Amino acid sequence: MSAPDVLLRGREITRRWGGLLAVDRVSIELERGSVHAVIGTNGAGKSTLINILSGEIAPSAGRVELLGHDVTAWPQPRRARAGLGRSYQRSTIYPSFSVFENCRLAAQARNQKPWLWWQSAQRCEASTTAARAAAHRAGLDELLERPAGLLSHGQKRQLEIAMCLAIAPEVLLLDEPLAGMGAEETDRMLALLAELKASHAILLVEHDMDAVFRIADRITVMVNGAVIASDTPQAVRLSPAVQAAYLGGH
Amino acid sequence: MVTRGKLLFVVAAFVLLAAYPYVAGQFGVDLVTKIMIYAIFALSLELLVGTTGLVCFGHAALFGIGAYATVLLSPENDAAGLWWLLPACVMAAAAYALFMGALSLRTKGVYFIMVTLAFAQMAYYVIHDTKIGGGTDGIYLNVKPVLKVGGSTLIGLNDAGSFYAFTWVMLLLVFGLLALLLRSRFGRALAGIKANEQRMRATGFSTYPYKLAAFTISGAIAGLAGFLFAVKDGVVNPELLSWHFSGAVLIMIILGGLGHLRGALIGAFAFALLQEFFQSEAVFGAFAKHWLLGLGLTIIASVALLPRGLVGVPDQVRERLLGNQRDRRSTTERSDERT
Repeated sequence: MSAPDVLLRGREITRRWGGLLAVDRVSIELERGSVHAVIGTNGAGKSTLINILSGEIAPSAGRVELLGHDVTAWPQPRRARAGLGRSYQRSTIYPSFSVFENCRLAAQARNQKPWLWWQSAQRCEASTTAARAAAHRAGLDELLERPAGLLSHGQKRQLEIAMCLAIAPEVLLLDEPLAGMGAEETDRMLALLAELKASHAILLVEHDMDAVFRIADRITVMVNGAVIASDTPQAVRLSPAVQAAYLGGH
Repeated sequence: MVTRGKLLFVVAAFVLLAAYPYVAGQFGVDLVTKIMIYAIFALSLELLVGTTGLVCFGHAALFGIGAYATVLLSPENDAAGLWWLLPACVMAAAAYALFMGALSLRTKGVYFIMVTLAFAQMAYYVIHDTKIGGGTDGIYLNVKPVLKVGGSTLIGLNDAGSFYAFTWVMLLLVFGLLALLLRSRFGRALAGIKANEQRMRATGFSTYPYKLAAFTISGAIAGLAGFLFAVKDGVVNPELLSWHFSGAVLIMIILGGLGHLRGALIGAFAFALLQEFFQSEAVFGAFAKHWLLGLGLTIIASVALLPRGLVGVPDQVRERLLGNQRDRRSTTERSDERT
């Protein structure tokens, strides 16, 4: 095996909200070919961490490196164009558009050309092809024409993944992609993630512990904004600190 | 993605408008000219409100700047060349829109509404309280612009008929331009910003330049409408920039149905015709001087009964008749197909 290919790295990331320390000197590395899960109770700072890594919130201290560049000062759209895709805890899609148009518009971000005002967006070969491919990968082939707002909850999560894939990212930050999913949908999503991890670095924030232990290659445990453990799933499961703080001694 | 029904409606509307002067009298031609100018103005705002989701409450300033530029740039006792005056007025409005947008687009939601209003009031008071625009009385346009080629007049705007035709062509151009724009990548990005700006940014669109471009284009079109208005009446006054007019044009597009170019067209006609109706002494006698009351009540009633605007009436009727398909349609009604 070659040396680990770190695509996204957070160094000593800190975020204060007034007197509250939401994220406390968290360092994290995402490698290609692995799923890195971040777990922790509500309010542990997981979503804030994702928001800092994706560029929606600026860190109070620390730095973010994407594909070897220091991107700490880059706004979110620039990070996205550089290869960072993310999904949200609450489905963040275009409900009034068709599934295909959701994917196509996402793919258009790679090929924006807004000055081609006389040319129909549907004629942009690059984005329609990427959209179809992304929808296919996420298992949405049958639903391309359906308005996204009419999808089931699980399908919306799939669509959100498809929209991430349409921009051909290297890094995926997924904020609770399994929330509210049934067993079958969870299986399908985990299979998709397992398939995607070969070519992507994936950060997974998730509450479903069974799923996390099934898929994660590495688990970071956060409590009150700080990392209390970061190791292989086996080691994390056996860590007394984690058991005391999070797993409640199970 | 233009459906046949929408296309048919738009073609029919433009054909009827083209034929109208042959059957109408002077009053009618004058009124419909005014309405077509309103329609251009409403279309400009539709690009911001209906397409991009930016509720601008200061659009009259851009209209007024276009109108004042027409008069101020025209020579006192000579006809200005249409070829430079029209672009100059459009550019003047676009320039103020660029300035207004660059600052106001840093805010969102209700703050955006208030900041655009503030910029409009600023322009209003500059015109209203200084001598450059003749103060509260306004100023007159002594000679209307013409387009001359080699000594002969190609386009003169002096008589009502040719001005009607010129306005019709402008409306057609604006409508066509916007229809093209909306289906382009730029237009789809604007629709995405309206639907979910957070997702747009997460996929890699820097949304600010898009919104600023939309604001500037919208301002340019509003300036065109202002130019036409100034040439039509030959006089401008500060009320063209007032917030009442910004509100009126918002009502036009809401009345017609947000999210559709046809809505702006229909809304401009509906608003102006309702105004004429309630102002008519032949119908209401002495009560006609309280026309705002009737107009206001009608608008409240139509917004309450027609939440999707006049554009949505056929769908509403169909749903009423078919009944149970309502759930499906109400979620798809804001679908991305638009004309």
